[in-house]
Amino acid sequence: MVASAKPAGSLRRRSHPLAEPAAQRAALDGVGLPQTFAEVVAQSSEGPLSAGTVEVLQINVGKYCNQTCRHCHVDAGPDRTEIMSDAVVDACLAVIEREEIGTVDITGGAPELHPRFREIVEAASAGGGHVIDRANLTAFLMPEQRDLPAFLAERGVEIVASLPYYLAGQTDAQRGVGVFDRSLEALGRLNALGYGVVGSGLELNLIANPVGAFLPPSQASMEADWRRELDRRYGVQFNHLYALTNLPVGRYIEYLQDSGNLEDYVHMLAQAFNPATLPALMCRNTISVGWDGALYDCDFNQMLQIDLLAEADSRTGEATPPPRIFDLELERLWGRRIAVGPHCFGCTAGAGASCGGSLA
Amino acid sequence: MADGYYDPEGLKQFSQIGEEAPELWAKFSEWYTAVFEEGALTKREKALIGLAVAHAERCPYCIEAYSRSCLESGSNAEQMTEAVHCAAAISGGATLVHGVQMRQHVHRLSM
Repeated sequence: MVASAKPAGSLRRRSHPLAEPAAQRAALDGVGLPQTFAEVVAQSSEGPLSAGTVEVLQINVGKYCNQTCRHCHVDAGPDRTEIMSDAVVDACLAVIEREEIGTVDITGGAPELHPRFREIVEAASAGGGHVIDRANLTAFLMPEQRDLPAFLAERGVEIVASLPYYLAGQTDAQRGVGVFDRSLEALGRLNALGYGVVGSGLELNLIANPVGAFLPPSQASMEADWRRELDRRYGVQFNHLYALTNLPVGRYIEYLQDSGNLEDYVHMLAQAFNPATLPALMCRNTISVGWDGALYDCDFNQMLQIDLLAEADSRTGEATPPPRIFDLELERLWGRRIAVGPHCFGCTAGAGASCGGSLA
Repeated sequence: MADGYYDPEGLKQFSQIGEEAPELWAKFSEWYTAVFEEGALTKREKALIGLAVAHAERCPYCIEAYSRSCLESGSNAEQMTEAVHCAAAISGGATLVHGVQMRQHVHRLSM
């Protein structure tokens, strides 16, 4: 039940004005919320939003993807050519080797399709850290990737896979015709390797975000529904389901605009602000690396090109340019103030949302 | 004042009903919230009941609110449509069962 026509291809390919991050930021600012996110946070906590220590290095290897999902905040797709260069990959590997990082979280696009994806996984898992592959599932079926699930299993990589609904209609409406059936095929292969099977130690977690302009159900009730229905209908197993709110970024803004839902949706997110989500927001322990080596507070800030906040040099008082992956010293980012905008209400609405699901 | 009887903005103004009778509004709000909390019935079951009743009451505000509420509690359009059919069936049955009264009147008045 989809009200608006389905556009084909990325915003960039269609030369859509929203392809520009500045246009996305302007669309969000144009909603006219009564209070900014920073003001709301200031009223409900002791100070501005700030990070703790950096425990997660989230590497976005680029915008190339074999799918063109309607809600994609990255505006990824087969036509996108922006992928991480060798120099940036090398810098990421150097950081992984040099710094103590608890988790390396690899995303995209379809991260598996980056030519050096396996090398990043290898380096990150060799260091003993936890490694996450944010998978769209269908990439595993591509001929050159058929051995990839076994490669990931051997290294104990956690797979976090997108599956917005346990039925084809809703899933395909968001992710493309035929994606549901191919996702099930991939899930079956992962299960056969032990992924998602209790006792195997191989974590297969699902991400589900609403197929439309509404908040997700409670994570616990969704997980129970998905577990029952995926098992009953298709014999598919998984470990956990993470309920994610759609953030108004990228092609999801286009969907909201086209369907006449943008203002109501952003207002709804703001009205659903829950201060209990603040302590666990992902930006507080994560640093996000873009395909070009720039650093951001999160993947959404990356897509909106909201830079790390400039800090004053302790000696000269002058603002220093934000660090890039080439000169990254994680300790320098501890305790930093986080750059925020209207889209941040998406992570604090209701039970909250993060790459690891609900927060409160 | 709105131009018509049903202004789409009306739902957002619902709480203004409390301005002239705040204590009654507070009691209603507390009771209403408690009714739809998870209990012997799940939130989703209650939202589907709310959707069905909204249709039986023919309340456009309630239909909007409970369509969203059903989606946000995990129901899909197929399940919601079945809930509306439940409302329609009860409404139709309620009309039809009054035919018994009609028949009693007919028998009383007829030779």
